[in-house]
Amino acid sequence: MTGNLTLALTVGGLYTVGTYLLLQRTLTRIVLGLGLLGHGANLLLLQAGGPAGGVPFVGSPAGASATADPLPQAMVLTAIVITFGVSAFLLALAYRSWVLTGEDDVQDDVEDRRVARRQRADAAPPVRPEDEL
Amino acid sequence: MIRVLLPLPVVLPLLAGGLSVVLGRHQKLQRLLSVLTLTAGVVVAARLLYEADTAGPIVVQLGGWAAPAGISLVADRLSALLLLVSALVLLAVLLYAVGQGAAEGRRTTVAVFHPCYLVLAAGIAMAFLTGDLFNLFVAFEVMLVASYVLITLDGGAEQVRAGMTYVVVSLLASALFVTAVGLVYAATGTVNMADAAERLAELPDGVRLTLALMLLVVFGVKAAIFPLFSWLPDSYPTAPSPVTAVFAGLLTKVGVYAIIRTQTLLFPGDDVAASVLLVLAVLTMVFGILGALVQDDLKRLLSFTIVGHIGYMLLGLGLYSVAGLAAAILYTVHHIVVQTTLFLVAGLIERREGTSSLARSGGLQHVTPVLAILYLLPALSLAGIPPFSGFLAKLGLIQAGTADGGVLALVAVGAAILTSLLTLYAMARVWSTVFWGKVASVVPDEDPSDAVVVGTERTPALMLGAAVFAVVGGLSITVLAGPLYALTSRAATDLMEPASYVRAVLVADEAPR
Repeated sequence: MTGNLTLALTVGGLYTVGTYLLLQRTLTRIVLGLGLLGHGANLLLLQAGGPAGGVPFVGSPAGASATADPLPQAMVLTAIVITFGVSAFLLALAYRSWVLTGEDDVQDDVEDRRVARRQRADAAPPVRPEDEL
Repeated sequence: MIRVLLPLPVVLPLLAGGLSVVLGRHQKLQRLLSVLTLTAGVVVAARLLYEADTAGPIVVQLGGWAAPAGISLVADRLSALLLLVSALVLLAVLLYAVGQGAAEGRRTTVAVFHPCYLVLAAGIAMAFLTGDLFNLFVAFEVMLVASYVLITLDGGAEQVRAGMTYVVVSLLASALFVTAVGLVYAATGTVNMADAAERLAELPDGVRLTLALMLLVVFGVKAAIFPLFSWLPDSYPTAPSPVTAVFAGLLTKVGVYAIIRTQTLLFPGDDVAASVLLVLAVLTMVFGILGALVQDDLKRLLSFTIVGHIGYMLLGLGLYSVAGLAAAILYTVHHIVVQTTLFLVAGLIERREGTSSLARSGGLQHVTPVLAILYLLPALSLAGIPPFSGFLAKLGLIQAGTADGGVLALVAVGAAILTSLLTLYAMARVWSTVFWGKVASVVPDEDPSDAVVVGTERTPALMLGAAVFAVVGGLSITVLAGPLYALTSRAATDLMEPASYVRAVLVADEAPR
């Protein structure tokens, strides 16, 4: 199959920027990064259907060979709707996180906090027993 | 006639989920609707399993579009068996959740819980039944979106933090999934799995291996295999017990199912992929169980054991023999039930003690001997003590591994035995700290306003009954291990010879039943 170079480069660019943003610590950037990554994946799926063509109606005058492949378009539409819904949820979650913590950062996980506590405890004895919990 | 039943495990919960939103103000009706729907799911799944086992795969082409273009639903022995087990587990956990919610008598979270739970059930059923790679993506999304809501149900700081990790990791995997589907479509021009199985065989080896490993990464995130598992022990324990229990039992296993399905149907007999699977199996088992050893929180400890035990299923798949696959499927069935049960019991322990911290619990066997028995039976089964189902499934895997005789297979068998011993150690540690020793004082509820009440002596009969039901379910796997193993062997034979699956999907309309 033949590909479209502009589309391919766009897909590559979206993946690059999306990955970069995902590696940031700010939630807003992560949300944006996931959005871009999703768009990149959708464009790639569209690209997989081959070159653009005529309207894919049954019995179309252009003939079956000249029409666009409708299947990737149907799949991309589905994927876009899913990405849209999930992005809305993600934004709500990021907002909730901001309301609760006042920060737009990814919070440390339980294991990180425990390691940090242990390091602090090692640096400054004596250790209170509840710090080790 | 039987083909009419096939879409029901997906359609019924989806319809009921919509209706459940409407019934948001009537809690009793909501509960009744969920229980009835999931009970119907059990009946339909049992019928499908019977038909698939006696008369071969059942296929429905949705919307009447013929196979490669339309979406096929397929129930073969593997799908139908997992569908039945998941339907039973969903029902047990629902009863537990109703018991918990009914006892609390709060309405904040309940209105959302039932619709999301039903949608989750629909997503899981669709993932098991679909014969289409893109539809599998949609099934995963349906299941995951419901799980996003369930995991952040309380909306507290800890849930939001853990939920964020969970959602972001899942979304990344979903983007990769779309990419993989796009590449499969670009390479073969189809996303129907049966059709793709034929066309992928004609591709160059390098392209096939790339696609196989990409899909492995995607499903590896969902199944929590090494090194893609770290989101799981971080996010699961923060959710309410019933939610954690159903996630622990089913969500990772849907990933395992997808790995088994794609690796056997789409990329059969690839030596590199099989070796990769065995190496991953060893690493997943060892790292998962080592993580479990050092945990102080019961739910986190159990979450790490999920990771460790996913390795066993990969081991059976990586051996790529009928015996290995049969044992892997049996292990999956066993693990779904036992792991769910352990989380349900952990919820009961937390309710009693007011905490899931091991250090702050103790002497529970004097307080509630029933709880001690409910914990001990699945814990011994998980660790693989004879005569429980865990022992039988592990024995099958080890026999298959030694029969294979390769170096990697033997290393994996060694790791499996080591993991089994370490699991026993982790389970025994929980036993000695929580059930033995001095009776610890009950820790008061940190957040009395949330939906989960802890630190109370009252255990609702329905919660206890659901836990007993799950324990008995685990025991019945032990009792029925003979016929069950015969069934999983037949399912494994099907998987090793995908031609019958492909034929059933692609020429389904020639012999309507």
